[in-house]
Order: sequence, then C-alpha cells, then structure tokens
Amino acid sequence: MELFVSEGNPHCLKVLAALEVTGVQCGVQFINHEGKVVPFLPRPAVPTLFLPSGQHLFSSNTICRYLFELNGPESSDQCNQWLEWEATILQPALLRALHLAVLQGKGSEVPKVLQGPLNVLDQSLAKGSTAYLTGEVVSVADVVLWGALYPVLSVSSLVLSDHKSVKAWFDRVAAVRGCQSAAQKVLQGKGLEAMKSYMQKQPAPQSRDTQPCNSSPAETDEGERNVSEEEMEAAALTWSKDLNACSHPAEKQHPVMPQEGNRNVLITSALPYVNNVPHLGNIIGCVLSADVFSRYGQLRGWNVLFVCGTDEYGTATENKAREEGLTPQQICDKYHAVHSSIYKWFQIDFDFFGRTTTEKQTEIAQDIFWRLHKNGFLVEDTVEQLRCENCQRFLADRFVEGMCPHCSYPEARGDQCDKCGRLINAVELREPQCKVCRQTPEIRSSKHLFLDLPKLETELENWLERSTSSGDWTANAKQITRSWLRDGLKPRCITRDLQWGTPVPHPDFKEKVFYVWFDAPIGYLSITANYTNEWEKWWKNPHQVELYNFMAKDNVPFHSVVFPCSLLGAQDNYTLVSHLIATEYLNYEDTKFSKSRGIGVFGDMAKDTGIPSDVWRFYLLYVRPEGQDSAFSWADMALKNNSELLNNLGNFINRGGMFVTKFFGGCVPAMELLQEDKKLLAVVGWELQQYIQLMDKVKIRDALKHILNISRHGNQYIQVNEPWKKIKGGESERQRAGTVTGVSVNIACLLSVMLMPYMPAVSQTIRDQLNAPQTCINTMLQGPGTFVCALRAGHRIGTVSPLFQKLEADQIEALKKRFGGQQITASTQPAAVPAPPVVAEVKVVNGSDPEKAKQLAEAVAEQGDKVRALKSQKAEKAIITAEVSKLLDLKKQLAVAEGKSPEPAPQKGKKK
Amino acid sequence: MERTPKGYTSNFVEAGLKLFIQSHRNMALRELASLEKYLGLKKPNKYSTQGDKKVPVLQNNNAPPLVGLVTIACHLVKEAKRPELLGDGAEGRAVVQQWLEYRVTKLDSHIEDTKSILKDLNLYMQDKVYLAGNQLTLADVLMYYGIHSIILDLAVQEKEQYMNVARWFDHIQHHPGVRHHLPPVVVLRNRLYTSRHH
Repeated sequence: MELFVSEGNPHCLKVLAALEVTGVQCGVQFINHEGKVVPFLPRPAVPTLFLPSGQHLFSSNTICRYLFELNGPESSDQCNQWLEWEATILQPALLRALHLAVLQGKGSEVPKVLQGPLNVLDQSLAKGSTAYLTGEVVSVADVVLWGALYPVLSVSSLVLSDHKSVKAWFDRVAAVRGCQSAAQKVLQGKGLEAMKSYMQKQPAPQSRDTQPCNSSPAETDEGERNVSEEEMEAAALTWSKDLNACSHPAEKQHPVMPQEGNRNVLITSALPYVNNVPHLGNIIGCVLSADVFSRYGQLRGWNVLFVCGTDEYGTATENKAREEGLTPQQICDKYHAVHSSIYKWFQIDFDFFGRTTTEKQTEIAQDIFWRLHKNGFLVEDTVEQLRCENCQRFLADRFVEGMCPHCSYPEARGDQCDKCGRLINAVELREPQCKVCRQTPEIRSSKHLFLDLPKLETELENWLERSTSSGDWTANAKQITRSWLRDGLKPRCITRDLQWGTPVPHPDFKEKVFYVWFDAPIGYLSITANYTNEWEKWWKNPHQVELYNFMAKDNVPFHSVVFPCSLLGAQDNYTLVSHLIATEYLNYEDTKFSKSRGIGVFGDMAKDTGIPSDVWRFYLLYVRPEGQDSAFSWADMALKNNSELLNNLGNFINRGGMFVTKFFGGCVPAMELLQEDKKLLAVVGWELQQYIQLMDKVKIRDALKHILNISRHGNQYIQVNEPWKKIKGGESERQRAGTVTGVSVNIACLLSVMLMPYMPAVSQTIRDQLNAPQTCINTMLQGPGTFVCALRAGHRIGTVSPLFQKLEADQIEALKKRFGGQQITASTQPAAVPAPPVVAEVKVVNGSDPEKAKQLAEAVAEQGDKVRALKSQKAEKAIITAEVSKLLDLKKQLAVAEGKSPEPAPQKGKKK
Repeated sequence: MERTPKGYTSNFVEAGLKLFIQSHRNMALRELASLEKYLGLKKPNKYSTQGDKKVPVLQNNNAPPLVGLVTIACHLVKEAKRPELLGDGAEGRAVVQQWLEYRVTKLDSHIEDTKSILKDLNLYMQDKVYLAGNQLTLADVLMYYGIHSIILDLAVQEKEQYMNVARWFDHIQHHPGVRHHLPPVVVLRNRLYTSRHH
C-alpha cells in the first residue's frame, strides 16, 4: 500500500493525519502537484492511495475513512454525514476562502465566506455534549474536518472569534498525537504561503455555486423574464397597429416559379423508397419536417416550392415484384399510391409528389451522365460479382448468403456478417448461395463505370466550405460530411447489372442501369421537371434559389458529398444544397421500429388509432429527433396530449372564446390596457420572436415550445385576473373582465397562426371559431414578429367548442399492446416462414391477391386459435382484447386481399 | 423522451401537480424515493430539504435526522439489509465510497465540466462492468441517477465517443428495478460515426 501526497496541498493534510492517528502501516511518497498517479484520471489527483488490489483511491475523505476502517468498525451514519458535509458544503467554501487569502491577499474576507459552515459546525458542537464530533473518541470525521480547517484556523490572523465551540474542539483534536506532525509535513510551518503553488493550479472557484443542478441551459431561458418599460410600450404600440392591408394571403399559383426580389426557397424531402410503408421515424425525419418548414416559409411570405416523390428503381423493387408475382412497374404503382395516401392523411402539403420512374428521369440522368463523361469524371474498371446462372442474374449483396470469411458464421449476408459484425465483400463469402434458388453462384467479372470523386474533391471542399458557413447545416450533417472527407474519397461505381433502373446510354454499357445512389437524387430534378417544364429555373439557378434538403442522418453523405459531386462535375450551373437539415433517429418505446417484427407504428396504421392527424403531427414534432435521438412512447404521447394540448393550449383558447360568448354576447369587448396587460403583450411578443428566430433556423421542435409557453402565460393571466368573478362586479371590474377576455382571444388568434405549420387543421378550426380575418395570417409573422390586435372591440366571433380530446389510459394501453410486436414472440411458427403481413399493408389495393389471401387466411386461423385458447385459459381481459383486435385487423386485410370490401366483421356486442 | 417542460410554477396549477413538480425539481428526493423502491423498503421515509442546495434530510423518529444524499442512501441500504450494495470488505467499501463521493462532489458541484467527468469515467470503465467490484453497488445506482441528465443530452456521436460510459449506463438502466423515475435513454450499439477515431 502506498500513499502519494504533495507539499502544500491541504487535502494531503487530513490524509497524513489519518495515517498517523490510525497507525496504519503504509509507504508515503511526496510527489509534485502535477504528478499523475491514477491511470484513468487525466488530471493529477493527489492525494492518492494505491491499494494492494491495484485499485486507486483518489479522494481524501475516502482514503481517511478507509484507513480508519482498516483497524476499526465501519464508520457510522453520523460520521458519514460529516464527511459528506465536509466534501459538499465545507470544501467549496474553503476553496473560496483559501483562494482569497492565499492568492488575492484578501484574508479579511475569509470570515464572511466561512461563516455559514462554521455556524453549522459550532451549533452542532455546542448542542452535543461529547468531546468530539461523534462521541468521546476521535473519529474519522474529526480528523477530516480538522485537517480541512487547519490551514485557516491555525493562522492567527484569520481566527474566527465568535465560534467558541469550534475553537475548543479544534484545539482538542490538535492535541491528538499525530495531527500536528501531519500538518508540519504538509505546510512546513510556512502557513498559507506553503499552499500558494497548489492554489495557483486550482480552477478559480465560482462565486455562485448554488445553481440548481438539474436545470439545463435550454430550460433556464424559460424562467421568469424581466420585462422593461420600453418593451411593454413597444408591445402595446405594435398591438395597436392595423392588420396588413393586403386582404388575402396570396393563394399559391401553380406552377410556383422563382421570383425576382423575393426569397425563393426550394424544399426537398428525402425520397422514400417505394416498397416500404414508411414508419413514424421516416415521416418525422423527412416529409413532416419539410412540410412544417414549407408551411412556415409561406407564412413568412417566401416563395416556396416543396417537392418529393417515391424512389422506385433498384433490386429491392425487382425482388418485391418477384415475390408478389407482379411487374416492377405494377409494384411501384401500387406502393406509390400507398405512400400518397399516407402523406395525404398526415396533411403533408407537397406542391408536387412525383416518382423516379419517369421519362424525365431518364432524360435528366442521362444528360448528367454524358456531361460527367465528357468532362472526364468517369473512369472504367472491372468488378467481380456473383452471378446466379439458375436465376440468370447478377446477385446484389443482399441476395447472397454464405459462410463468413472471418468468423465462419454460416449465415453471413453478402454485405455484412451478423455474428461478428464485419463488413464483407460478397465475393469473399465461403460457400456462397443464391438466396432465391439456393444454387451456388459463380464469380464473374464485368466492366463498370465509376464517378471519379477524388478528382472532384477540391472543388467539393471549396463549395462545402461556402455552403456550410453561409447556410444552416445541422451539426450532424456537418460532422458526417467531415468524417467522409477526412477518410478521403474513392471512386464510386455508378452502374449496375440490373434491369429495373435508368438505362446507361453508353453503348459499351448496354444492359446496365444506373446505381440507385447516382440515380435517386436526380429524382429531385426530374420530379420538378414533371411539375413544370421550366424546372431549370429552380435547379440551374443558384443565385436566386436557396435549396433546403430534409432527411434523416443516414442520408447525409449522398446529399452532401456524392450528389453534389455529380452536379459539380456535370458543370451546368446547378443549384446545390444551401441548407442541409438532418434529424437523428426516432426510436419506438425502448427499441427500434421493425417492420419484420411488427414493432412500431407505420404510416398507414396511424389513422386506425382514432387519434387525429393533427395530434400525431404535434407529438411527432414535439419529440422530433433534433440534435439527439428521441423515442416515440405511447404513454408520453398521451401525457403530452392531455397536459399540453388539452390542459394548456386547448384550455386557454377555449376559455377566451367561451368568455366572449357567455359574458359579452359573442362580441369582443372593449380593451383598456393596464401595465399588467402590456407586460403580458411584451412577454408574448418575446416568445413570438423566439419562435421566429428558431423556425428561421429550422429548429422546429424548439420553436414549438414557445407556442406552448404563450398559452401557459395566457392561462396564468386569466387565472390571476379571474374575469368570471369580475364580470359580476361593478363597472370598473366589468371593464377589467372585458380587457382580460379581449386580450385572451387575441392571443388565441396569434396562436392559431403560429400553430399553422404544426397543426394545420386545428389552426384553421381556431380561426373559424374566432371568425378571425384571414389577414391575420400574413401579418403576425412578419419581420421579427408582429402581435397586433386582430380581433378589435365589437368583432363577432363564431361558435366555440373544445379543440382536443383526452387520451385515456386504457385506450393507450390497448394501442401499445397492439403495436408492441408481441404477435411474433407469441407465435409458434417456424422462423423461415415470413411472418403474417402486418396490418394494413394492402389496404389501398383494389384487385384480389390470391397469394396474400392464402397467407392471410392461415394467419387468421392461427390468430383465431390463439384467441380461443386465451379465452379458455381465462387470460387477462386486456390481453384478450389486444389479440382480438389483431384478429379483426387480419380479417379486414383478408377481405381486401380477397377483393371484398374491407367492412369490419360485425362485432358481437358482448361488452363495451 | 422529453424532460417535463418548465413553466408549471404558476399559482393556478393544482396542488397535486405542484407537489409533483417540486419533487421533480428536487432530483435528490426523487432519487431517494426510487432507491427505496429498488431496495424494496416497505414504508416510505419522510424527507425534507435544507439550504440553497436543497440537501436532502431524512427525518428519523427515534434518532437525529440524517443529512446528505450519500449518507441517507447508505443508511437506507443498511436498513434494507443489503450490505453487498456497499461493497465487499474494507477495500470494496472504499471503492464504493470513492465513487459516491465523486458523484456528490464532482458530478453535482459543476466545478468540473461535463466532458472531463465523462472522460474520467470512460477511461475508468474501459475494463469494468460496474464501478466497484464485480456486482452492482450503490455507487452504480447513484452515479446512474446523477449522470442521467448528462447522458440524455448527449448526441449520438458523443455517446459513441464515451462508449464505455454509454455501455455501463445502458447496462444499469436495464438492471431490474433501478430506473424508476427516469426516462430510458436510447443507446445504440452499432456505431455510426466509425471514422471518428481514425
């Protein structure tokens, strides 16, 4: 056992004293302050006790306690309490005191700094009747506190006269054998001067260390703000302004074209892959975020075009077509419709929702290809690939399985081994098998074209430098891009041996198509071209157009590195991305969304929950993975609905409207603003400003908090002013009730505008209920925010009714069960058989689908058995209900697959 | 998952909600309540707080009140007759105490910045499953409670940077009965920013 200490370090004093007092045998080494003893601490940590087991104790109180426990009993609760008090209360004060006395020569201020802790100690000693802190014998608490206080109390000039009990106790401990000699060893009789070099190396103590430990910076700005007189007057002045003269917000005229002198904003959302039903994470990551921003941009008066579409080419589509016995085109048609209807339900307001399998796509992709070719940015190389002769095709990585060359796991996939996690080149697999026919594929080499990214690297970096510094790129987008560049770019293959894709026009590469990563982003251009023939005014106009790309972070490299390289190399004055907005991932409860395991809520199921689209939008935006991963949770969704929407926002808007209806005959009363009202206007105006600043930077989730803050302020205002009481009072009280009511409905009107990007339907409902003029929409969000009195005295409002409904616990519990994925864990079918298709995948299909029907019929029978079994076992009601609802879902799908109308089977009215 | 939004403090909030928020504000009390549940203590103890720093105080019927998070937590463990949670032997106990002290001094004081705390722990946890010894101790539980808000705020790439801490954290939050009042934090096992350490 070895103890490392240094001279002039006050913490070493107590440790040495403890060593002397307990008489424990231990080597002592004096080292300098910077000595690094503890391998895992980057900073010096003296004193340190090196234990026989090889562990290190690096804090003085723990060392002292250990030394005492080696030869004695475990320390008592009381001892522990003193040690904790010393470490958390006394030490910060001592550090400040020593800093003042040793480094700043302000010894006179020491008593003030130490007064609090010393009072506590003094009172405790005076109250107790024992000689030492915890009894009649010296304990670890005495040694630690004595050692800590020694540097201060031993210096006569700092002696604190009015703590008599402390003084007596201090002298008693000082007389204990060993204590004085420990002090001598550390301070060398030099007093405060001895600690100078140690103190110089300590961080300066904070003057205020009483910050509550659980408040993050984001939360602290939400506290009570001080509002100045000027702010109040300014807010009142704005309030009295008129609404914008222009009577109607300009309805969008399609096609939207860039306008000289306006801010032209082109918004894209990552193109969803066609053969997957999007889950909530996909929806919030791309289309919903982009939709909110697009709607917001229009409120701000920008000229916005928002395009998106389905990404339809690739092996996955080919394969899906094979599975379902359809052509790839039929598959795309079918799923494009599924996507469209989901986004429609979520009120995603695309200006155009297109697809990549169009002639424009071929035209534009081939044009870019020839330009790259002409400019010398394409290089040729041969690639070894696996080809299945039986299936007559080259196998994409995911269609090969075999033994992992690294760990010999027999079922490694063509791109990665699930066991050891290493990346694999498909040709390296041992005993490869075609996943479709189980035949052994052959290695064939074939010629391919590569985009010469290294040659474009400098140009790319120059452009990135400009774009990331002038635009709003999310932190993860910058980080991922940097890491790609740091690793150096390599040529990337842009051709594939497939049929379902954009054909490569080069005669040497007939029979080949473009690789999807090259092809898909060109979809943005071709989709716009399908929207307007003058698409080049958007896409070849970098000086007039600002391009926003929305996506989840897994898509970043293609949008920040690869696609820009294609466009830079093509040299045709393309519009490159100015603002790259990437979200992190949204998880589902504690886990990931998984289609195959039936876990999570997918786009088409959201509407079956009975929860309105606006509420879904609200919650997804509330938990938008902005800056960090987040999780969808049913319980949280219910909580947010009930607390934020129902009790906060809805409650406030409803109250204002109800007061107007009940107390003022439906007409907005006259308002005489008092100081208090002006203060509220200023506070609301400030929140509005924050909202605009955040939204301008696409901080969609953060901005939403400011909407909710406004209604919270509003609720508080109503509660304090109690208009429902004042209305029964005298003339001035009645007038006060009128002012409060009038201000409240006007705030509600402002809220309806701020909510528009988030909850378009609710936003419109509020304006309908208030009978608000449409001009309020394009007034409130102008400039830094303009909160005007849109509903003047005498304005007649419409019929007010509640905006939101409570989500009940049992309803949520049932939904959680339904989407929790238990159907698979509970099922007994062999793993190789695909799981029964989950819920409403096929809902939009019109014709019948015998293959699917057969599978579904089996699934229905199996689920029926399960329900019967559960009932006979008298299982819990909730479990049975959940299983029954699954059964009904399956039956519904079966009906669709059989070509019948998806009428739900009549439910036996057993109980409700 | 989101933290409970602030701003509920206005005087109109129902009493019950207010109480909830206050106890939420005082994380130490929430921690102790969770610890009691974890320990399976039947009757809940009475707590109050003291001073600006809201140091928790345990009211005792037949003894003077106990003050301080670690002190009370150790007392509860003894009361629940779970001495193994305080470590094995003098050395084991010392290591547990070491990290408990680290928790209330370094982590709670904000003298150290978050990064250096994560760095310390990450290096320390490199070859360890638990903070002290080979089983869960009170040190793990209190460190988990204390560090939760920091981990919650980490971006994915930071969680990867402090991978050992993230692994330990994930392990502890899934320990049966530990989590209680805190929302789970998602820790991804597969790495996204793989080139970071090149």
